[in-house]
Amino acid sequence: MDKYRIEIPELCLVAMVGGTSSGKSSFALKHFKPTEVLSSDFFRGMVCDDENCQSVSGDAFDLLYYAANKRLNNGKLTVIDATNLQESARKKVIDLAKEQNVHAAAIVLNLPEEIMQERNKARPERNFPERVIRQHCRDVKRCIRGLKREGFRFVFVINSLEQLENTEIVRTKLWNDKKECHGPFDIIGDIHGCCDELKLLLDKLGYVKTDGIYTHPEGRTAAFLGDFCDRGNRSADVLRLVMDMVKSGNAIAVPGNHDVKLLKYLRGKSVAMTHGIDKTIAELDARDDAFKSEVAAFIDGLISHYVLDDGKLVIAHAGLKQAYIGRGSVRVREFCLYGETTGETDTFGLPVRLDWAADYRGRATVVYGHIAAKEVRSQNNTFCIDTGCVFGGKLTAYRYPEKEFVDVDALQQYYEPVKPLEDGIDTDMGDMLTVGDFNRKLHIETALMPSIDIHENNSAAALEIMSRFAADPHWLIYLPPTMSPCETSELEDYLEHPLQAFEYYRSHGIRNVVCEKKHMGSRAVIILCRTPETALKRFGITDGTRGIIYTRTGRRFFDDAATESALLDRLDAVLTQTGFWQDLDTDWVCLDTELMPWSEKAQSLIRSQYAPTGNAGAGGLTAAVRALEAACRRQNNAFAVSPLTSGQNVDLEAVLKAYQTKRDDIERYTKAYREYCWTVKSIDDYRIAPFHILAVEGKVFSQEKHIWHMETIRKYITGKDPVFMETPYLCVDTEDEQSVQTGVDWWLSLTGSGGEGMVVKPETYTAKQGYNLLQPAVKCRGREYLRIIYGAEYLAPDHLSRLKVRSLNRKRTLALKEFSLGMESLTRFVNGEPLYRVHECAFGVLAFESEPVDPRL
Amino acid sequence: MLLTITYEGENTQELGYLLHKNPERAQQFELSYGKAYVFYPEVSDTRTTAALLLDIDPLDLARGKVGSKDGGLFDYVNDRPYASTSFMSTAIVRIFGTAMSGRCDKRQELADTPLKLTATLSSLKDGGDTELAKELFEPLGYTVETQRSTLDAAFPEWGASPYIDLTISGTVKLSELLNHIYVLIPVFDKQKHYYIAEDEIAKLLGHGEGWLASHPQKEKITRRYFTARKSYARKALDILLADELPDEELTEEVETAEETEARTPLNTQRMETVRDAVLASGASSVIDLGCGECRLTSMLLTEPQIKKVTACDVSVAELEKAAQRLHLDRMQSYRKNKLTLMQASLTYRDKRFEGYDCACVIEVIEHIEPMRIPAFERAVFEFAAPKTVVLTTPNREYNANYAHMEENALRHGDHRFEWTREEFRAWTAHICEKFGYSCELGGIGDVDEALGTPTQIAVFSKAGRADE
Repeated sequence: MDKYRIEIPELCLVAMVGGTSSGKSSFALKHFKPTEVLSSDFFRGMVCDDENCQSVSGDAFDLLYYAANKRLNNGKLTVIDATNLQESARKKVIDLAKEQNVHAAAIVLNLPEEIMQERNKARPERNFPERVIRQHCRDVKRCIRGLKREGFRFVFVINSLEQLENTEIVRTKLWNDKKECHGPFDIIGDIHGCCDELKLLLDKLGYVKTDGIYTHPEGRTAAFLGDFCDRGNRSADVLRLVMDMVKSGNAIAVPGNHDVKLLKYLRGKSVAMTHGIDKTIAELDARDDAFKSEVAAFIDGLISHYVLDDGKLVIAHAGLKQAYIGRGSVRVREFCLYGETTGETDTFGLPVRLDWAADYRGRATVVYGHIAAKEVRSQNNTFCIDTGCVFGGKLTAYRYPEKEFVDVDALQQYYEPVKPLEDGIDTDMGDMLTVGDFNRKLHIETALMPSIDIHENNSAAALEIMSRFAADPHWLIYLPPTMSPCETSELEDYLEHPLQAFEYYRSHGIRNVVCEKKHMGSRAVIILCRTPETALKRFGITDGTRGIIYTRTGRRFFDDAATESALLDRLDAVLTQTGFWQDLDTDWVCLDTELMPWSEKAQSLIRSQYAPTGNAGAGGLTAAVRALEAACRRQNNAFAVSPLTSGQNVDLEAVLKAYQTKRDDIERYTKAYREYCWTVKSIDDYRIAPFHILAVEGKVFSQEKHIWHMETIRKYITGKDPVFMETPYLCVDTEDEQSVQTGVDWWLSLTGSGGEGMVVKPETYTAKQGYNLLQPAVKCRGREYLRIIYGAEYLAPDHLSRLKVRSLNRKRTLALKEFSLGMESLTRFVNGEPLYRVHECAFGVLAFESEPVDPRL
Repeated sequence: MLLTITYEGENTQELGYLLHKNPERAQQFELSYGKAYVFYPEVSDTRTTAALLLDIDPLDLARGKVGSKDGGLFDYVNDRPYASTSFMSTAIVRIFGTAMSGRCDKRQELADTPLKLTATLSSLKDGGDTELAKELFEPLGYTVETQRSTLDAAFPEWGASPYIDLTISGTVKLSELLNHIYVLIPVFDKQKHYYIAEDEIAKLLGHGEGWLASHPQKEKITRRYFTARKSYARKALDILLADELPDEELTEEVETAEETEARTPLNTQRMETVRDAVLASGASSVIDLGCGECRLTSMLLTEPQIKKVTACDVSVAELEKAAQRLHLDRMQSYRKNKLTLMQASLTYRDKRFEGYDCACVIEVIEHIEPMRIPAFERAVFEFAAPKTVVLTTPNREYNANYAHMEENALRHGDHRFEWTREEFRAWTAHICEKFGYSCELGGIGDVDEALGTPTQIAVFSKAGRADE
């Protein structure tokens, strides 16, 4: 016997319909995944421990539908395993399916009553009276006829046990699912009868006419966004051309609202003779009826949107909300044709549109038309490419996956627009961030680390810092990561020593490392555009500035705008003089630098913490030493001590000695911090040491080795203007003892006079051992310098021994996550991704650097 | 961290008896954060000096005691190991406790006699308040000498040190001297190293017995002693002053102008003016953007006209304080249903801001970075776009009336700018033009004929649609 085939869409809402004991649950579990089946019995049990308790059905169904809704949100087929015998119960199924824009299917188990009664008797744990079973059977029979009318798109009835045993369920793809088509595509916007321009555009895109049909020699597919007719003067020719290309497999097409209106007319319904349909009708009237019916059949057969290329590309005439992608319903179809409007009209009598693209957060690129403007508009990975050809604008194609636009100007204005075409504002750029994207748990996927989670309480802290202190997020395309120190030294007198840094990389399979002198300044990220226009166009900066210098927490470095712009001007002068802009073919650059003096940014810290500590220490310790000296000078006769006294005897000479050491330590400490302070009287007193050229237009330089960064910086930036200073560096072969010794000696010479130390980096910008990302850099700080970090007396043996017990794991994990986020945000920015995608990464770095707070009250 | 006490007179070695510490024996004591030494730099018939030296372990301060769960209280780089702070007070009680009580079995008469005593404290932090030492010690009969260095000799432009070396001398009982020092050290350096529990009130009153109540600076002493715990200061003063205490809230002179202002009638006046503007607009739902401690919100909650209030702040800490102030955890459901507290930022678009009749932005805009103002404008006037927006901000011109403010200073350290009346007017005009609002300007507080009022207020109303 042939299998009874039940064909349902791979995404739909299935209702089992059948009386008790009809075997619904076993059927459902046989044909669907356990997680796909939501059984009312299960939810009854969940709310009251008793699967048969009918009095909790209300609560049980609330939960069941809540779960069903969540599943459908996630695009998962769902089976409702309940009797569904009452029309009111089935209405809930239909309502949810409509709400979720999926089809509803009913699988009815209409088994003979005898079988049901027999089965019921075999289930002692829930034995229903015979009359209940009989009633259920009657209910089933009665409802079958009405199911389609109730809204079930697919109805399958199983009438016998044999059929029940011999059923197979086949899941079919949705019509709009063309994920297997990878293109490449040339997506073409609203044509409106502009056949001449269409041909010119196809020529320009490289299509050639073979046997009267346009084909692409490289096998590209044209994708038409609809609105083939009306307003222009060759609508019929456009339809002919498009139909031929679609039929021959050289193109795909979605319908536009004008095409659908034409179909309505062709079917003999009355339509308003507005918006240029009269021109199309006149043209069609000159053609034969066969052409008209071909057009009608063509439009009728068009699917309102397509999901292409593994779900990475979506096309629809008027665009598509994220929640509607891959769904099928009248509502979805109407959205594809008309977009979403408020129901109000503006002063031109045109519908007021809702800006769905502003809320779009999908990863699929959505390409659409429908609304004409002078230029292409991009926003959140959506592109509106209707550039108003028929209104005298141009006809535009979007080349996918190349992300290029190709257009031809209109040969003439064929139709007067109701209101003048708007300028193509790049809404991405003028865009404002939405808090809902950030004040929650974030899950960020990066190229270097596949998945980085940021907890809600860290997000809350970052939100506060961003809002109160950070610069315009349009500028924040990168925040630098924290840096881990090397492991603590095994040498007696050192907390940090380069041997550990070299060993870290050597033991992780990195032979060659670069040591860069650590300037004791403050980390500063510099973004400079050649002109304010570039800043506007590329970064969306509207205040007329052309660059920024910001701190590692995204805060503007200088409160004084004049200082900032003076430094930026000097950088521009250098870059212009050295030909940087031409050679790197860019009009903006992002640099990672150290800005000195440290006292400039750390002023309040120095005055409120560092200097007072030195001052109090010097005062207190000098007084203590003086008092101890006086006491030691007296003849201290040790004498018998009563065990009742509280204190212990102490050797005052030893105490004196300890305090002399403390006093010397505090002097060294003061000397150490003074090294990094100088008074800035003019711009000439600043020093900026760039060490990474992070990115320019089209490029993130994370593929280049550190040597390249150093040499490029030397070639283009340093040595011309004393403000921009070089970073001395040294290459070390960690397998070569002599080379390692040279590295150690270099560090000793750098730090002997109080220098901060050095940063050791793997030769390449990013380094991995197997799949594991390695630290992009470890710092190795000088012995004297560390007094500023761990206190004046940190080298005292009982201090050092305790300080050496430190765990770097947390810091290292953090450094890797922040590094990945930094590189990711640069990459996203350079690739032209939406602002929220770039901001997410910078926000993430800040979140990791913040003390978590609990946003819930 | 060094205290010396010198006794001048006859048989001054007897200081050893009074302190219960033998002059011929240097001793060491274990403290919870380090060690203390007691020794005598000089001993003679006519002049004997005892020294109490604290050796505080900076690592324990920074990391917390090994094995203890709480992290450290301080940074590694910190003045605590060196300056005279509350550590010294606790060490005095611990080591000279008996002497403080005035008990001396062997020399009780001497303990009860005022002696010629001199005490020195090194690196005592007065924050540059040169009068403080005199104000505190002179009324107790001491001659006061202070010495102050520059903060860093290498950078004279950084100014003077916030520390003094203090010498006080007078004819007092040793127990009195010790109690004075015990109470007054934390009055200099307000940062205490331990958790202030309520028993601290009893400590203050006990060690202040017999002198604090009659000290002309008793209010200042009490307030500064309990810096972080204003309620304790209040309780202590209630006891100290009995009926003398004025009924108004405590004022703190070292606080910022804004903080002063928050307690004065101006703040009340501001809130009332805002409330009246909200009510006059006919609003029944209000969103308080930048609610701070929710003073306005709590006022609005009592208005029958207002059915829904949402209070937002970007600072979770502020919101927690607000929740405490409003007793959110035990608020009855009717009021609680009217109120929502949430963290929100004014530089991001927020859909939760939509749908209110009125938004209040009270003393908030001046805390926003100037480059972020355009985002703030859009968040409030373009996206939230309530019918009414009530906004207040300081009037910079009026600052000339605040005697203690330096020229060009701002009223609060977190203010990014303060607008003159003209700057505010121009900004409101720009808002009206750009976002379709009309606006009424006004002032709150005392009127200065030339400089206006301390606070400026703007009430924006969304212009009706042309076809309405």
